[in-house]
Amino acid sequence: MTVQAIDKKSEAETALAGAFEAMKGKGAAALRQASWEFFARKGLPTRRVEAWHYTDLRAALRSVAPLGAPGTVAVPAAADGRVRLVVADGAFRPDLSDVAALPAGVELSSLADALAKDDSAVLTALGLPENAGADAVVALNAALMQDGVVLRIAPATEVAKTIEILLLSSGDAARSAFTRSLVVVGDGAKAKIVETSVALAPAGVQENHVLAFSIGAGAEVEHIADIGPQSEAAIRLFSLMVTAQTKASFKSLGFVEGGGLVRRQIFARLAGEQASLSLDGVALLGGKDHADTTLVVEHAAPHCQSRERFRSVLDGQSTGVFQGKVVVRPGAQKTDGSMQSRALLLSENATMNNKPELEIFADDVVCGHGATCGRLDADQLFYLEARGLPKREAEALLIEGFAGEIVDAVSEEATRESYFARIRSWLGRREDGK
Amino acid sequence: MAARQETVARVEEIDVDAYKYGFTTDIESEKAPKGLSEDIVRFISAKKNEPEWLTEWRLEAYRRWLTMEEPKWARVDYPPIDYQDLYYYSAPKSTPGPTSIEDVDPELLRTYEKLGIPLREQEILAGVEQRKIAVDAVFDSVSVATTFKEELSKAGVIFCPISEAVREHPELVRKYLGSVVPVTDNFYATLNSAVFSDGSFVYIPPGVRCPMELSTYFRINEKNTGQFERTLIIADAGSYVSYLEGCTAPKRDENQLHAAVVELVALDDAEIKYSTVQNWYPGDSEGKGGIYNFVTKRGDCRGKNSHISWTQVETGSAVTWKYPSCILRGDNSQGEFYSIAVSNGYQQVDSGTKMIHLGKNTKSRIISKGISAGNSQNTYRGQVSAHRKAEGARNFTNCDSLLIGDKCGAHTVPYLESKNASAVFEHEATTSKISEDQLFYCMQRGLSEEEATALIVNGFVRDVLQKLPMEFAVEAQKLIAVSLEGSVG
Repeated sequence: MTVQAIDKKSEAETALAGAFEAMKGKGAAALRQASWEFFARKGLPTRRVEAWHYTDLRAALRSVAPLGAPGTVAVPAAADGRVRLVVADGAFRPDLSDVAALPAGVELSSLADALAKDDSAVLTALGLPENAGADAVVALNAALMQDGVVLRIAPATEVAKTIEILLLSSGDAARSAFTRSLVVVGDGAKAKIVETSVALAPAGVQENHVLAFSIGAGAEVEHIADIGPQSEAAIRLFSLMVTAQTKASFKSLGFVEGGGLVRRQIFARLAGEQASLSLDGVALLGGKDHADTTLVVEHAAPHCQSRERFRSVLDGQSTGVFQGKVVVRPGAQKTDGSMQSRALLLSENATMNNKPELEIFADDVVCGHGATCGRLDADQLFYLEARGLPKREAEALLIEGFAGEIVDAVSEEATRESYFARIRSWLGRREDGK
Repeated sequence: MAARQETVARVEEIDVDAYKYGFTTDIESEKAPKGLSEDIVRFISAKKNEPEWLTEWRLEAYRRWLTMEEPKWARVDYPPIDYQDLYYYSAPKSTPGPTSIEDVDPELLRTYEKLGIPLREQEILAGVEQRKIAVDAVFDSVSVATTFKEELSKAGVIFCPISEAVREHPELVRKYLGSVVPVTDNFYATLNSAVFSDGSFVYIPPGVRCPMELSTYFRINEKNTGQFERTLIIADAGSYVSYLEGCTAPKRDENQLHAAVVELVALDDAEIKYSTVQNWYPGDSEGKGGIYNFVTKRGDCRGKNSHISWTQVETGSAVTWKYPSCILRGDNSQGEFYSIAVSNGYQQVDSGTKMIHLGKNTKSRIISKGISAGNSQNTYRGQVSAHRKAEGARNFTNCDSLLIGDKCGAHTVPYLESKNASAVFEHEATTSKISEDQLFYCMQRGLSEEEATALIVNGFVRDVLQKLPMEFAVEAQKLIAVSLEGSVG
């Protein structure tokens, strides 16, 4: 088998070059240019790129949809008590956002404004973190970023209200969007940030979103990435980047409800001593959904802790991917890391690919990972059926328990309940589909 | 108390010479000219009086190899290998194919004596309690002696150098050679197909339980030579065989290439147990020299209820690239992989397994223990996959890594791919260092730190050691202690 270098640009890659020309003049020229050159060299990732082994983006992205533009959007009602910031079709929409409701100590600007002003603090923070540096999709985002929000939370501020970044796609036309948002959390501050991806009408959207957190010493952040259903033709890429300083804590839940191709990538770096990280995830997939979660957790300082728990439920002809890599750098002694990925295959045609990885360069560590894959336990099903539950209900109960175990860790009760409701409604749809 | 004395004795042994197999044997040898070309391939084939079809087979592999690139995905790092700067064939000159042990050059016999490999049957027979083990000894490119052939042939077992098998049993060789590891499989396997020199051939007829352990001993002696042996084991329906290979090489400054291919075929209800104690020269404490061990090993559970088990103790080689795998084709077939990989100094190990579940109710089990010390890097890389028809496939994987010292690395890269809902895969991995509590406990009872470490490490790898034939388990245990020398304190 000869290895052929990809020297020919695909149709999509050529179209992206056109999009870059359009975005070139919109601030951050140096960063955009360098990122574009990097991307142009690498091209769209294929199976040959180890981090994209199970998701061939080059094959999936045949043609590129035109960049979205702001239009009239009917924003769905917000959950109680949340401050909502709307990014619709690639543009931050202050007119649709609760800008006035932002609590004291939280400063907001749009990314487009910050870039136009060449805000040096923002530009520095947008630079690629080390462990995301090799990813072509993150570089592509930096080259083409249209807009997003920049939030600065002042040191020692406790933000009581949850801030929601709503990533909307309106209309049923295929569009592409490249957004990048930045949350800088000052030392000792506390915040809850929810990132929600909602389709007002299902469409073959192509989205590339980046959300970067810079978390100061002793600060605490809770994060939810809520990725709702979309059309089968949609391609959505979400990159989450986290840098946590000394004693900082970051807790995150990713809730993925299918919808075409979804790729979540997380690049987290524990940069200060005693920082802690917890990444949870649930993926409910059916039809031809393809959901990929790929994460790299880098322990760069001693005495840090990381926990990853991921659950995938796969029905129909769906494909689930989990690739998790824990890297312990030289000198990051007393690291405590554990990672778990479990998958439940409900259909004969579903596929799960698990790749939990450990890369350890320090000796005084306790690291482990576990991965399982299988179908519903026959004994448990029998137990429930013996107590008179119909088979479907028994299955639903077990699936809810399987996914619910992760959702259970959400601290806010109303939010937690809403995710349980989402699981039940997914199970209901599964039932109807049969 | 006896146990303690043994430990002390072992540690003393360690102090003398860490790699005791590092001597060279001065023996005249016949070599093919340096480099690789179609002529060299023809030369090797002619040397072995091979039939036309095999020469063609080699040439086809060679032409294929020219179009291939070296794999780069493993976590190992070494300077580019100049494939034209190697000897592809080297044979001890003395006799043109020894017919009995008396014809073998006494210098060679002394080499094997030094290695502790019994080539003289009568000596083995004299020892009352010693279990019988048939040995095929491969020195550089040729097999120099095979013991117990007669006794084995009484049972119908064929155990001979593969070059002899090509002449004596062409129908078997032709049917199975390259059927598990195809000529086009990968860079090193294709290279091996073109230039393979010798190795063992085993055929166990239907229903026969091989009366003794079979074993092959590989030794690289000549400078600048690559060793490319090829082993083919066929267990016909309902048979059983246990096979062990051992390897050593002299200490040299240069890196030497070893690219072997091992093919196992288990037909209906057959069982093959394949054990390896790999102790190639690992290079010196500065990371200079040592063997590049790029090996393709694969077992095909072709028949229903067949069973293949790989056990490996890897302590040697500068760079290891090795993934003994099982293709679980037959229904109810089973694959097992037990591995201990110890790395010290500047060794780099990237090893693991593949369990490919194709048949119904196939089972596999992977137990891997990696120990890294010094400046070494030790990676477990494994793949478990269940295909659509692998109804009821089952896998359990456990990979544990132990780190000794803060300059080494331990990595785990498992791939789990399931396309069948009824397949159940479980994977767990841990990485830790020797617990201070355990060390303290042992040292409080009077063991030195080194002794305590050896004791704990032996406990850590016990699950795997128990899978080795008894005599080799003892050897392997000592080998591990020797390999870890200098890693403590």
